[in-house]
Amino acid sequence: MSRKRCAWIILFLVGAALIGCQLPYEQGRELYVSACANCHMEDGSGLAELIPPLNGSDLVRRNPDLLPCLVRYGMEGPVTVNGITYNEAMAPVTGLNDVELANILNYIQYQWGDPDRFYSPDEIRRILKGCDSRPVILDFSAEE
Amino acid sequence: MKGYLFILTSLWFLYLVSCTPTDQCQTLPILGNQDIQGTDTLYPEIPDFNFMNQDSQEITLATFDNQFYVVDFFFISCPTICPKVKKQMLRVYHHFEKEPRLVFLSHTIDVRHDTIPRLKSYAEGLQVDTDKWHFVTGSEEEIYQIAGHYFSVARKDESSPGGFDHSGRLILVDEKKHVRSFCDGTDPESVDQFIKDIQCLLDES
Ligand code: HEC
Repeated sequence: MSRKRCAWIILFLVGAALIGCQLPYEQGRELYVSACANCHMEDGSGLAELIPPLNGSDLVRRNPDLLPCLVRYGMEGPVTVNGITYNEAMAPVTGLNDVELANILNYIQYQWGDPDRFYSPDEIRRILKGCDSRPVILDFSAEE
Repeated sequence: MKGYLFILTSLWFLYLVSCTPTDQCQTLPILGNQDIQGTDTLYPEIPDFNFMNQDSQEITLATFDNQFYVVDFFFISCPTICPKVKKQMLRVYHHFEKEPRLVFLSHTIDVRHDTIPRLKSYAEGLQVDTDKWHFVTGSEEEIYQIAGHYFSVARKDESSPGGFDHSGRLILVDEKKHVRSFCDGTDPESVDQFIKDIQCLLDES
């Protein structure tokens, strides 16, 4: 093999590796950092028993359909995540359109929840149509 | 080739020697403008205050007699930096959990909403010890005023998210009620240094 060709192949491999290493949902990550990380922290760990974690949250994994409504309209009342009950209100997160909402939730699922769960903007719209436009209150007895 | 290698290694060595931060303690300065009167130098001190904590206990400067304390300003419904700052404050708290000479003081700047029962459940949510970490409320004016003595900002501001403007600083006060160090509570690295400062001050006295 000529030297030149060999150099090209190496360049190609390095390039492919670089692209492969990039995180999907880059916009989702940026939006997450600006809209959610103040409370849920950049690593999704939450705050003690005041703000629930998203990282490893059983609610995120098991109730993915709840998430769009919860972010758009906020949440009140007790919520149990991984066996710990939290009870501070989450204000509605304003200023996110449906595509941005899909991006954030895809990032959260990919990074900390169910990596195979994917929301398309159309699905987000469909789910949002089905929820009341007021803060989500979980029925505590149904949670158990 | 060998020559290059030698130069590189020596450069690397120089870098290691000169740029590795030392963990040695230096005496922390007393912060604020000093006032020189004759032969005396007067340093600013935290003035007395009168607040109530999450257990309805009166908290005054005398509460911190012979103790060092760390201060911050926050409000429970804060949609911006407060939870981040609290997470860092909690880190400092856990670091010095077994150190009886250091206590913590958080002031709410939203006295209307953050009532004593709400402060109580907040403290419980953080799972901290009431004797070691006071969450206080009181006269709005007194809280906003005392913030200045801690080199912090706390005030109502309609244009800020949540309705309040405030800085996310953690402030260290010594047993003579002088401010000795502060850090940016939103920046974990700044808090690392702050923890070192606290340790130095405790070791010194
Ligand atoms: C002002 C602070 C705050 C912000 C900003 C915030 N949240 Fe929350 N979030 C909370 C609190 C507090 C709860 C618990 C609510 C309750 O107890 O009813 C919560 C609950 C949740 C839950 C359900 C419980 C869990 O951890 O699985 C999800 C999911 C969630 N938030 C996602 C988000 C997303 C996504 C964003 C950004 C688009 C966001 N939150 C922004 C404070 C916040």
